[in-house]
Formats: sequence, C-alpha cells, structure tokens
Amino acid sequence: MHRQNSTITYYIYLSAAVVFLLWASPSLAHVEQGQAVGFVTGLEHPWSGLDHVLAMIAVGLWGAQLGNPALWTLPVTFPMVMSLGAMMGLLGIPVPGIEIGIALSAILLGAMVLGEVRPKLYIAAILVGFFAIFHGHAHGTELPAGQSGLLYSMGFVIATGVLHGIGITIGTIHCWPAGKLALRGAGAFIAAMGIFFLWRALI
Amino acid sequence: MKINHQANILPKTLIAASGLLYCPSDAAAHLVTTGMGPVYDGIGHLLLTPEDLVPALAMALYAGLRGRAPGRRVLFFFPLAWLLGGFIGLAANTMPGFPVTAFSFLLIGILIAADLRLPDHAFTVLAVAVGIMHGFFNGIALKAGPAGLGLLGIMSALFVLVAIVSAFVVSLKPPWARIVVRVAGSWVAAMGLLMIGWFFRGQK
Repeated sequence: MHRQNSTITYYIYLSAAVVFLLWASPSLAHVEQGQAVGFVTGLEHPWSGLDHVLAMIAVGLWGAQLGNPALWTLPVTFPMVMSLGAMMGLLGIPVPGIEIGIALSAILLGAMVLGEVRPKLYIAAILVGFFAIFHGHAHGTELPAGQSGLLYSMGFVIATGVLHGIGITIGTIHCWPAGKLALRGAGAFIAAMGIFFLWRALI
Repeated sequence: MKINHQANILPKTLIAASGLLYCPSDAAAHLVTTGMGPVYDGIGHLLLTPEDLVPALAMALYAGLRGRAPGRRVLFFFPLAWLLGGFIGLAANTMPGFPVTAFSFLLIGILIAADLRLPDHAFTVLAVAVGIMHGFFNGIALKAGPAGLGLLGIMSALFVLVAIVSAFVVSLKPPWARIVVRVAGSWVAAMGLLMIGWFFRGQK
C-alpha cells in the first residue's frame, strides 16, 4: 500500500514537472522570420517565367543597340515603372489583358532589336515603361505567405536589373558587324517567342 | 481500488499535458542581440535592418554624387540627426501609422536616379529630415533593448558607412560609374514604390 502511494506521488510529480515544462513563458525570440527566404524568392522569381526573362533581356539588348543615353535610361525606366505596375496590383487596381501585354512586350521589343529601330529617347522610354506595367502587375505581387514584402521586392528589383545587365552585356557585341547581325537574330528569336506567348495567352 | 483508478488517470494526464506542446503561446518579438553589449547591438540592428540600411546607403550614394563639400556636410549632419531622432524615439510611445520609411526610399532613390542637384541647404535639410525620421523609429525599436548606447552604436556605424560610401562615389571618375550609381538609385526608388504598395495592401 505504501509502495503504491509512493508510485502515485511519483507520477503526480512527473506530470506536474511535464506540465510546468510545457507551460513555458512566451518565447522572446525569432523576429524577422522568413526574411532571407523572401529575398531569395524575389531574386528567383523573375527567372521563373521565360516571357519575363526575354522581355528584360530585350530591353538590355535594345539599349545596347541604341547606345548612350538609352543604354542606361531604359534599364532605369523599366524597374521604376514595373514597381508602379506592381503597386497597382497590390492596391487592387486591375490591368486588363496582362498576359497579352507581356506577350506583346516580347514581340515589340524583339521587333525593335530585329529592326534596330532608333526612335527618339522619350518614345523608347514610354514604350518600355508601358510594358513594364504589365510585367510588374503580373509578377511583383506574387509574395508567398509569411515572407518579407520588402526583401521580396528587393530581390525582385535586383534580379530584374541583373537581367537588364545581361542584355546589355550581350548587346556589347553590337560593335562588331557579325555581332550586329547576331543581335538582330536574337531580336527575331524574342519576337517569335512573343508570338508563341501571345498564342498561348489567347487560346 | 481508488488507487488503481488514480493510476489510470495519470497516463491520460500526461498525454493531455503533452497536448500543450501543440498550443504554444505567442512569441513576443524582441531585438536580436549580438551578445557583445548595447553598442554592438545598435550596430547590428542597423546592419541587419534593410529598412534603415538601404536609405542610409542611398543617402551616402547621393552625397557622393553631389561632391566633396555636400558629402562632408552629410557625413556629420546625417548621423547626428539620426541620433537626435533616436532620442526622440526613446521618449515616444507610438509609431506613425504611415509608411514613412518607404517614402524615404522613394525620395532618395528618385533624387539619385535623376542625379538632381538640390541646393546645398535643401540637401542638408533632406539629410537631417531622413536621419531624424529613421532615428526616431530606431529609438522606439531600441527602447526595450540597448536604448541610448545602441543609438550611439548606430551613429558610429553610420558615420563610417557614409564616409566610406560617399568618398568612394566622389572618387568615381568615369561617366559610366556615376551611371551605375544612378541605376542603383532607381532600384531603391522601385523598392520604395513596392513598399508603399505592400503597406496599403496590408491595410485592406
């Protein structure tokens, strides 16, 4: 009888100890959760869609063909207006025909590179800026739950800028005659892909 | 018999108690400390908080674009204004419910991207205003932790950061290098626009 009592007392103390351990005071820890993930997600996102990648590279290629100041004006215009498009998406302002707009951006920007079209700087900037709204609206708001909006935005903008940089770097071959031809070929490829994206958006 | 009954209840009590594991209480956030004291906590806070670090870097870039004399002025005014704002924040209790930091991203980013030449006094006022505003938020955030010493750490880190970055930009001679800085400014402005969007989406 005495032994049974001591066993029960042992279990009571054990339960009390377990309950005490589980009833922990609030943990004063882990702020900033998912922050780094948000940055990486933002950095990865622009690379996940071929339509976005080709349009970004086309901006860089066209800028390289046009030379200064379009070389840097277009890649400056694009992320800023793209963010405006993303902000419209975040505020719930609808933009009609987003997929069609993105496909048209590849077609027109590819055609500009193909034809080595040299409009006035402001016209080029308006064209690039117009299509940036569609890209921003479509991609800028796709933040997975629990991640930092700021770091996602940082990653997204930086990755877009890097894609422009890749386009500009490829575009430096423009200084050689064979390079000019290759660039126009790249423009034709981007425009053809744009037609494919348009077909896919319409059906 | 009574004892046996009690003995049967005990495992159930243990199982019920273990169920508490799945109902943790809310985590109360606090500042991440470096373990090296309040001054380093402040430095760590600045370096690990993109909402503060990016505008500070952007201000240094803009100061560098403006040249030596404005750069020197910002080197002293900006960290001191940040410290002043921090002390105001330590005494304050409420956070403004408006994305003011996002607007500092946007404003400084546009100024850099456009390479806009503000008059000297306007540029100084801008640096002081941005410093006070970010310092104010830091003061509120550091109140429960490193407090005043943390703010001193932030001010020291800012001084070093602004000195290095703005001096680097001042030393840039090739035109393309300044263009790279302007492109970076456009990215900061783009981030500011997105932050404003995220803020208003959060309000819905």
